[in-house]
Amino acid sequence: MVEQRKIKVLVCKPGLDGHDRGAKVLARALRDAGMEVIYTGLHQTPADIVSTIIQEDPDAVMLSMLSGAHNALCPVIMEKLKENGIDDVLVGVGGIIPDEDKTFLEKNGLKGFYGPGTELKTIVEFVKNNLKR
Amino acid sequence: MTEIDESKTLKPTKSERREKFTNLSDIEMKPLYTPEDIKEFNYAKDLGEPGKYPFTRGAYPNMYRGRLWTMRQFAGFGSADQTNKRYKFLLEHGTTGLSVAFSLHTIYGYEADDDKALGEVGKEGVSIDTLKDMETLFSGIDLSKISTSMTINAPASILLAMYIVTAEKQGHSPEKLRGTIQNDILKEYIAQKSWIFPPEPSMRLIVDTIEYCAKNVPQWYTISISGYHIREAGSTAVQELAFTLADGFAYVEAAMERGLDVDDFAPRLSFFFNSHNNFFEEVCKYRAARRIWAKRLKNKYGAKKTESMRLRFHTQTAGVSLSAQEPENNIARVTIQGLAAVLGGTQSLHTNSFDEALCLPTEKAVKIALRTQQIIAHESGVADTVDPLAGSYYVEWLTNKMEEEAEAYFEKIKELGGVIPAIKANFFQKEIANASYKFQREIESKDRIFVGVNDYQLREPCATPLLKIDENVAKVQIENLQLLRNERNNEKVHEILNKLEEAARSTENLMPFIVDAVREYASIGEIMATLKEVFGTYVEDSIF
Amino acid sequence: MPYSDLIEKLLEGNTRAAARLITLVENDIEAAEEIVNVIYKNTGKAYILGVTGAPGSGKSTFISNLTKFFVKQGKKIGIICVDPSSPLTGGALLGDRIRMKENFSLDNVFIRSMANRGQLGGLARATEDSIKILDAYGCDVVIVETVGVGQSEVDIFKSAHTVVVLLVPGLGDDIQAIKAGIMEITDIFVVNKMDLSGADKKVAEITQMLELDMNYKYKSNNTDENYAKIANWTPKIAKVNSKTSENFEEVIELIEEHKKFLEESGIIANYQVNRIKSEILQILKHKITKKVEGLISSNSDIDEYIRLVMDKSLDPYSMANLIIKLLGIE
Repeated sequence: MVEQRKIKVLVCKPGLDGHDRGAKVLARALRDAGMEVIYTGLHQTPADIVSTIIQEDPDAVMLSMLSGAHNALCPVIMEKLKENGIDDVLVGVGGIIPDEDKTFLEKNGLKGFYGPGTELKTIVEFVKNNLKR
Repeated sequence: MTEIDESKTLKPTKSERREKFTNLSDIEMKPLYTPEDIKEFNYAKDLGEPGKYPFTRGAYPNMYRGRLWTMRQFAGFGSADQTNKRYKFLLEHGTTGLSVAFSLHTIYGYEADDDKALGEVGKEGVSIDTLKDMETLFSGIDLSKISTSMTINAPASILLAMYIVTAEKQGHSPEKLRGTIQNDILKEYIAQKSWIFPPEPSMRLIVDTIEYCAKNVPQWYTISISGYHIREAGSTAVQELAFTLADGFAYVEAAMERGLDVDDFAPRLSFFFNSHNNFFEEVCKYRAARRIWAKRLKNKYGAKKTESMRLRFHTQTAGVSLSAQEPENNIARVTIQGLAAVLGGTQSLHTNSFDEALCLPTEKAVKIALRTQQIIAHESGVADTVDPLAGSYYVEWLTNKMEEEAEAYFEKIKELGGVIPAIKANFFQKEIANASYKFQREIESKDRIFVGVNDYQLREPCATPLLKIDENVAKVQIENLQLLRNERNNEKVHEILNKLEEAARSTENLMPFIVDAVREYASIGEIMATLKEVFGTYVEDSIF
Repeated sequence: MPYSDLIEKLLEGNTRAAARLITLVENDIEAAEEIVNVIYKNTGKAYILGVTGAPGSGKSTFISNLTKFFVKQGKKIGIICVDPSSPLTGGALLGDRIRMKENFSLDNVFIRSMANRGQLGGLARATEDSIKILDAYGCDVVIVETVGVGQSEVDIFKSAHTVVVLLVPGLGDDIQAIKAGIMEITDIFVVNKMDLSGADKKVAEITQMLELDMNYKYKSNNTDENYAKIANWTPKIAKVNSKTSENFEEVIELIEEHKKFLEESGIIANYQVNRIKSEILQILKHKITKKVEGLISSNSDIDEYIRLVMDKSLDPYSMANLIIKLLGIE
């Protein structure tokens, strides 16, 4: 009997944004690609998300943000991860992220930026190919 | 009379573009529809005159010949001051009704300086905490002369109270006020997710507003029973039709259980539908909706007044159909969707701006959206006669078919014990999750073409200038809030909130208490926190 | 020793260290061996609660409420939620966490979601090792939640001190649906959603079933006659409303009662022995299977045997006995 290494992904909805159609469809696609997906549910504060990351030890974290709060919330999340010595988790963000905000978020360590019209398989490949461990 | 050559027309030609042609509700379309498809068609029973039972042809007798639909563009962003300016811009350019979009922290009942509001203030809608913000929002706008629609659900009673007191301060009594609050909590559990309390206390609050307005604000529409969000979450057109009407019936039953007479409140219920891509499917959806509602209100709920049986609705074109790639294409999409809504007989219409897949609309984009409506109204001719598509074999067949499929859903919901048990059993949520996943798979396999996105792509970088919300908005809002907290009479606020809590524990109508609280400048966050103590909060199951 | 750093942090109560170690034991049995080797002497403090029930019985809300009460008592809690993996894709959607955290802050409660990875038997080992980690981490109570209808779930509950099964009025066949294996090791039956009609009927159904001659956990596998006299815990039944927290005090009391029973009756010691036996068996099964698999795919003697079996000069049983000889086990 072989122990399989499974990719574990956390799909999160930071802030008050309630648009979860994309996050749920993505979670399902990741599951169909053989990954173990934990969905955090709505209304997660940065503290909630980081506590969850600490406890669940995922390989990747996908933040879904469509309310425009990404510039405020993402850096806070990255800062808290740093404080906790967590640097081997892939953090991706998607939803509605205007081009002009990408540079700022990249500087903060975020990747991905998949928005409307992205094929699910693109995101699945992104996760597989960008793991940090 | 020329004979129809059956061999040439009714059989599909050998090479068709697809194996099967289905609409967005998975209903298959034949190559041709003929009288055979509506064999039992009876004009008086199935259609009737517009403005008369069963209202299939339209809610009013002469529809747009008498008065065009209200061009009501949803707007709201940043501070109350900024939105006030946008409203004045829209009014100058010919909008005939105002529609308010609120910031997420307002929608969920958190003050601007709450932890949970971080990053959200002024994004997605106008930031409102207290009556003062509401007064700024409508400063210089005579509330007795316009109608206002407020897209707010869990705290709808509070925003309505603020509107009433704002008008009062302008010198207008509540009887003069015209407008709508969305106030449709059932679809929140199903789709939009901006609930706060569990279903039962939420329903109580809604019936409180219905009762209060029936007596005090008689021109106000107390619920905008919505299908828009259900559709945006991924449902099919038939599901949108069925789930929305089912919610409507649930509200009627709740109000009747309170002892209200159906004819006293049903005339003030209104609906809010989506207008999506499949042109004819959308038109037929609206016609079927009117007919189903009329029949049930009359036969099941015993309505006697015409106004009770008349389904009137607002439409918004589908946000989810807009592309971020080649955004100008969205102008064409919105035109078709707006046209469908008009041919379907909508009472008011919001057309999306072409840049909305990327951000809140810029002034230029919102102007084009408004002009689109004006062009449909004045240049296309479709508004010059009532229900012009009636009598088409396809249209009447599809209207019947959608009604039939909606009835099948009503049966299922009945079996589950009604809407609230069905919500708790995650019935709607599962249907929507499956439909949205299926749709995404169809897009990815190119079974459905999304022009410029999964086909005909150009891969140009997006050059559309976007609306940015200044992060300063949050800072200013918070400062003003803190100032206000010091200026108001905090003892009185405390007193009235205690009274509200007591009333919430009883069965008293909460509206008068909310109006009093708002008048003393209690914030939405404070009022909601008081009610949360009594009602608790709702936690959803996650359905994929 | 590569994990000594993590283990040191674990014993100091570092949450991330605990999580990292759980990931290691989940995915790598060799790592598990090394880790358990070091931390085993630090385990034994945690009280282990197994909670299961048919889908729809409200396990997550129940556990959330129960945890709220434990936290009020000042206890540190660990929760492991097991969910099924898709047999088709091997992936899993783990959503239990969402309903759990409404009632308490994550400062005192460690929640870990785990996929059952197809019931290959590895689940029980991974869960068992994760419990040990949470034990050494400092949890006073570790709650293991599963869907409870499979053999591997029964295996997990062999390591639990108290097993709670949730039933719900109106879910007609749930008593039958939960396989016999689980029913026999249940200590407390909880009828959730007590506000629904049929709650009392469900309690009556369970009572009836218990009155029939059933093999209770403590009666069954022990031949000692003194033991048989002492072993007198009839499974208890309680009703709760997980949404309103109604009646949770009763459940906490029953758990306390059961704990006391185990300690005072001395059963807890016997029980420990059986537990250890069961766990060792799991580990041995895994190791030996691996060894045999390795052998069968690479040993030339075995290739010869296979030829003989194909020829019908050797039958499968005889071949198996020959392999046992090869392994050096008689």
